[in-house]
Amino acid sequence: MPEPFKLILKNLDEPGYTPDIGCYQRHGGYEALKRALAMPPRELPDGKKLSPQEALREDVKASGLRGRGGAGFSAGLKWSFVDRRSGKPIYLICNADESEPGTFKDRQILHKDPHQLIEGMILSCWANDVKLAYIYIRGEMPHGAKLLNQALKEARAAGFLGKNILGTGYDLEIHVHRGAGAYICGEETGLIESLEGKRAYPRIKPPYFPAVLGLYMCPTIVNNVETLCHVKHIVLMGPAEYAKLGTPNNTGTRIVSLSGDVRRPGYYEIQVGRVTLGELIFDQNFGGGLKAGRSLKAIIPGGSSSKVLKAGEVFKLNHKGADGQMTKVDVPLLDLPYDFDSLQQAGTMSGSSAIIVLDDSRSMVETLGNLSEFYAHESCGQCTPCREGALWLAKATHRLCHGEGRKADADYLTHIAQNIQGRTICAFGEAASWPVLSFVKKFRDEFEAQGAADEAAHANARGSVRPAAGSLPTH
Amino acid sequence: MSAPAAPSTPPAPAPAPAAPPVETMTVKVNGKTVQVPKTMPDWQGKPAPTTMLQAARIAGVDIPHYCYHDKLPVAGNCRMCLVEFGTPMIGPDRKPVLNEDGTPKIARSVLPYEPGTARGAIACATPISPGMEIYADSKATQQMRESVLESLLINHPLDCTICDQAGECKLQEYSVQHGKAGSQFVEAKVHKPKAVDLGPRIVLDDERCILCTRCIRFTRDIAGDDALGIVNRGSYNTIGAFEPGRFDNNYTLNTVDLCPVGALTSKDFRFKMRVWFLKETKSLCTSCGTGCNITIGSREGVIHRYEPRDNDAVNGPWMCDSGRLNYRWIGRADRLKEVLRTSSGGPRERITWNAALETAADILRRAPQGGVAFVVSARQTNEELFLLKKLATHTGALTDSVPREGDPDRLLVSADRNPNSNGVRLTGMAFTEFGFNLLKIADGIALGRIRTLVVFGEDLTREGLGPELLAKLDALIVSDILPNATTAAATLLLPGAAHAEKRGTFVNVKGRLQRFQKAVEPPGDARPESEFLQELVQAVTGEEPARSIEGLFNRMAAGVPAFAGVEWARIGDAGVTVQL
Repeated sequence: MPEPFKLILKNLDEPGYTPDIGCYQRHGGYEALKRALAMPPRELPDGKKLSPQEALREDVKASGLRGRGGAGFSAGLKWSFVDRRSGKPIYLICNADESEPGTFKDRQILHKDPHQLIEGMILSCWANDVKLAYIYIRGEMPHGAKLLNQALKEARAAGFLGKNILGTGYDLEIHVHRGAGAYICGEETGLIESLEGKRAYPRIKPPYFPAVLGLYMCPTIVNNVETLCHVKHIVLMGPAEYAKLGTPNNTGTRIVSLSGDVRRPGYYEIQVGRVTLGELIFDQNFGGGLKAGRSLKAIIPGGSSSKVLKAGEVFKLNHKGADGQMTKVDVPLLDLPYDFDSLQQAGTMSGSSAIIVLDDSRSMVETLGNLSEFYAHESCGQCTPCREGALWLAKATHRLCHGEGRKADADYLTHIAQNIQGRTICAFGEAASWPVLSFVKKFRDEFEAQGAADEAAHANARGSVRPAAGSLPTH
Repeated sequence: MSAPAAPSTPPAPAPAPAAPPVETMTVKVNGKTVQVPKTMPDWQGKPAPTTMLQAARIAGVDIPHYCYHDKLPVAGNCRMCLVEFGTPMIGPDRKPVLNEDGTPKIARSVLPYEPGTARGAIACATPISPGMEIYADSKATQQMRESVLESLLINHPLDCTICDQAGECKLQEYSVQHGKAGSQFVEAKVHKPKAVDLGPRIVLDDERCILCTRCIRFTRDIAGDDALGIVNRGSYNTIGAFEPGRFDNNYTLNTVDLCPVGALTSKDFRFKMRVWFLKETKSLCTSCGTGCNITIGSREGVIHRYEPRDNDAVNGPWMCDSGRLNYRWIGRADRLKEVLRTSSGGPRERITWNAALETAADILRRAPQGGVAFVVSARQTNEELFLLKKLATHTGALTDSVPREGDPDRLLVSADRNPNSNGVRLTGMAFTEFGFNLLKIADGIALGRIRTLVVFGEDLTREGLGPELLAKLDALIVSDILPNATTAAATLLLPGAAHAEKRGTFVNVKGRLQRFQKAVEPPGDARPESEFLQELVQAVTGEEPARSIEGLFNRMAAGVPAFAGVEWARIGDAGVTVQL
């Protein structure tokens, strides 16, 4: 039976573990930092020399670490895009704006082990010649911000932050910035705008790739909380050892937020790809199965914006045989390894690694109505397709949920969503449209049945005038 | 120094250092191969990677857009300019993949997660790359435009019938070109504030707004007044002023021009005239020495609005509010409309132009050298000044003009509030500094040496030459447009024409020679000054008049060194720079 693998979560839930620096150091905290900063230049077989900072950047690339925020992009590659010749300062921002519905992993670290993040950040900043970094924390986590500020103060007092860190001559300052409660601030360029004191309108790319034109138009790295924590472990374990965790191309561990209709919702750290969706839901070490008498209906596998998977689905996945040949193999839903690549091949994504389980008591129409209302509320409104489309979707699903549905609404919803995805400034367009497209595609019968039932009810109400199409209450 | 020592040869551009060859790349737009520069000017005029939109323009293809504007930072929010595109395929060996016929194989843009669906790029912000193909009229591109238009219209009030923008609305135009006749939308529309008082000159209809942010970017990045922003979220977004009702810099009305829809309207113009009835005349603003190019909108002899006319050499696409709204005087009821003569001691009588010009010619012919003085306005045209100079030379007259100064701003408003001070200087009617001779003229009148004063377009009672002094004159020949104390004292009053009522040229503070056209007729007996001045010059000197403003200009160009070699036709709509 697969078990949780605690790397990031190793200490933070242990009885008596506190978020102060003393406790962190008693558990080996800041040893990675001390070790990295004392590292001599690295001699390569070809005679080239890497500075210790370059060496750490190479190590992160070699570790295979992929971003834990949602896109799953190689962290080392992201760092390598940074424009180091611009003459401008390089900034690093920790994206602690964890807002994707269903996701509650970063908040564990922020609230229970802030020094682990800070150590990871200092290492990442040092590796990238960053002198000033920010933690952009979600507005709804005021206590987390307080804890982080306290932790930063402690780290400064201990000589891990500020001027001349550990006597190496390296200076770094980290500031905490609180958001004001908007999902779009988690989009990295929206976050940057917000940090600059502006409305969090995501920037157009090109030209505003953060690695070149980020915070204050300077090269900027934006990494997720969990991603930055992993850097510390890559230093401690070495990239080769770290890459043995998980599976090839899906290395390391991930914290999965499991919620919905399972007996044991919670956060579970696993080796990426070593545990299947079915095991996460049903094993006693994880979700512990569904509630009594219920059967699985659907899984939203990577945060609310990932495409829904339907119980019983079978996917064609690439499989590398012993002879090195790639073949397609059938993999049933519950046997999908929980990693970046398998979920992508299944037509969805692991996203923020938030699994939302829906059992047969759930109406897909109502679930979509809930999601669409969220995205309509959170659309920043900058670009046309999302601004107009997100609320349009919400109004249509609201109708379906309130007795005003039409049989044609399944196509109607698809029409609206298809005109959003791929046409917006940021990935919010996909986030708002993917649930709709996947829900309607995979549960079309439910949507059509709801619409048909509403139409029939109205037809039977003889003489009654069909009320105006329902609208959402304005916020 | 009197007339500036300008070269008698045509003004030649300074020999520029040999420009480096423009680096180009080849792209295809709708199947047509075009060579385009690798970089082109961005909104600030700085070289930036050429965009798909710019490349398409070179190919003669206009890609529809709302938020994009040549002179504003790129926002990329309206998505109207989304286009399908293709780029040469690169093989695993990093070499281009070729078709059987040797041409490069093109990979069409598709969604990474849905390879069967085309992916659009915003043409306004996406740089071109070598071999790129832009499909500005493909089915996928058309579908993207259609859906953006549908989205823009679902919550739009569709109140074109009563909308001031109707007739010049991009939402209307693109709906005709790229839209669908109907929408699937069956929900209730979002309602937003109507008739919002944004500032003293601007009204906002939030329901018509498509949130392109042109107004926000203009006032922040061009006017330097970060007064507008967006409040609320998503579909409820609305434009708001930082202080409601206080959007009040001197450039606010440019946002009305910029607004592609009927959201921002001018309090001065709204509900006054349907725009399709307006005759458009190319003219110039006369409120300061910048000489902003304008379009006069008039109908049946009445001016309804000024709008800035694009000219990168002068005002770009902008103009100030004070200049734009300074047109009402042209239609004032108390305009001078009659030719009037006062015989000594007698009452004022209305006379014909022939009689008036005979009277004036008689006075000027008989005046002794130095017995006449001319005070002209720097609001006169070059042609008028040129003719007045002939008369002044003939009579050996002292001449001068009146300065008009104010505070300049950092964008367009010049400290010189006269539109043609340089014309006065170049035609030799005044020194570099105006008012230098006014004291001498006053002395000459007081001492009885100057018996005749010719005044064009200025009220001398405000310049120290009071009614008592003017009463000493034998003849006070005045031409003006509106009544004042000097016109009241005139012994011969010649009603002139506003610039909008005639053709002519000005030279702005930077030496830009620009021409303007006639929009409306002058009222009553009023006539363009250059017409009656030519008749007067003929009567005084015997010189044949030119038959047209073109001929007069060309004659002037031969006589005024700074204009040497310039012809009326060559001035064009954008003007030419002359040496000051």
